[in-house]
Amino acid sequence: MPATIRIQAEPFDLAAESEKLLDGRADIGALASFTGYVRDEDGRLSALELEHYPGMAEDEIGRVAAKAESRWELLGLTAIHRYGKLAPGDPIVLVIAAASHRRAAFEAAEYMMDYLKTRAPFWKKEHLKDGTTGGWVEAKDADDSALLRWKE
Amino acid sequence: MKLLYFAWLRERVGKPEENVDLPADVATVADLIAWLKGRGEEFEYAFEAPELIRVAVDRVHVEHDTAITGAREIAMFPPMTGG
Repeated sequence: MPATIRIQAEPFDLAAESEKLLDGRADIGALASFTGYVRDEDGRLSALELEHYPGMAEDEIGRVAAKAESRWELLGLTAIHRYGKLAPGDPIVLVIAAASHRRAAFEAAEYMMDYLKTRAPFWKKEHLKDGTTGGWVEAKDADDSALLRWKE
Repeated sequence: MKLLYFAWLRERVGKPEENVDLPADVATVADLIAWLKGRGEEFEYAFEAPELIRVAVDRVHVEHDTAITGAREIAMFPPMTGG
């Protein structure tokens, strides 16, 4: 089953996406999902604007998904990433991995997120409640070092 | 050749994309960045720290020593912060 990759402005529905993966099959024993939300740590954020590279975002997430599918025996994989202006508490990203057993599902979902954060061409800009721009969110070294776990 | 800029690189350069004719001696990504830096104040500022700039040739991530001969579209951007 090919991975479902979508880049969209609209919100997504975890239950509906899970149903699509499970639909009509009984061989899936485990479904692991991750949802990332816009976080406002100190009450200053009015919106987070996500810019992306439209031609490449889908391709790159597809390449990460293909690696996950070659690494674990998956029975389904969905990745949805939103773009545009999002409010605190809004969902940004969804990954769902389906497998026979939990370990593959958990690990594949985490692998997808670790690689998606550092390789998918998206950039976050903060907009603050006082009307000013808080600037571009800086990449974290911790996100790069998270990848070390997946290197042999 | 089509060049694309994203995030703060786009803001500093002042445009999201442009078409350019490159000199024949611009062979790699590093050459391209060095050439762009010489195109005016906004480019000098945008590319002041070349080691921060990530590059995709025809929508695939590459390193700075990658050859760009035959490329149709080269995108330059800061480290990604999606997810």
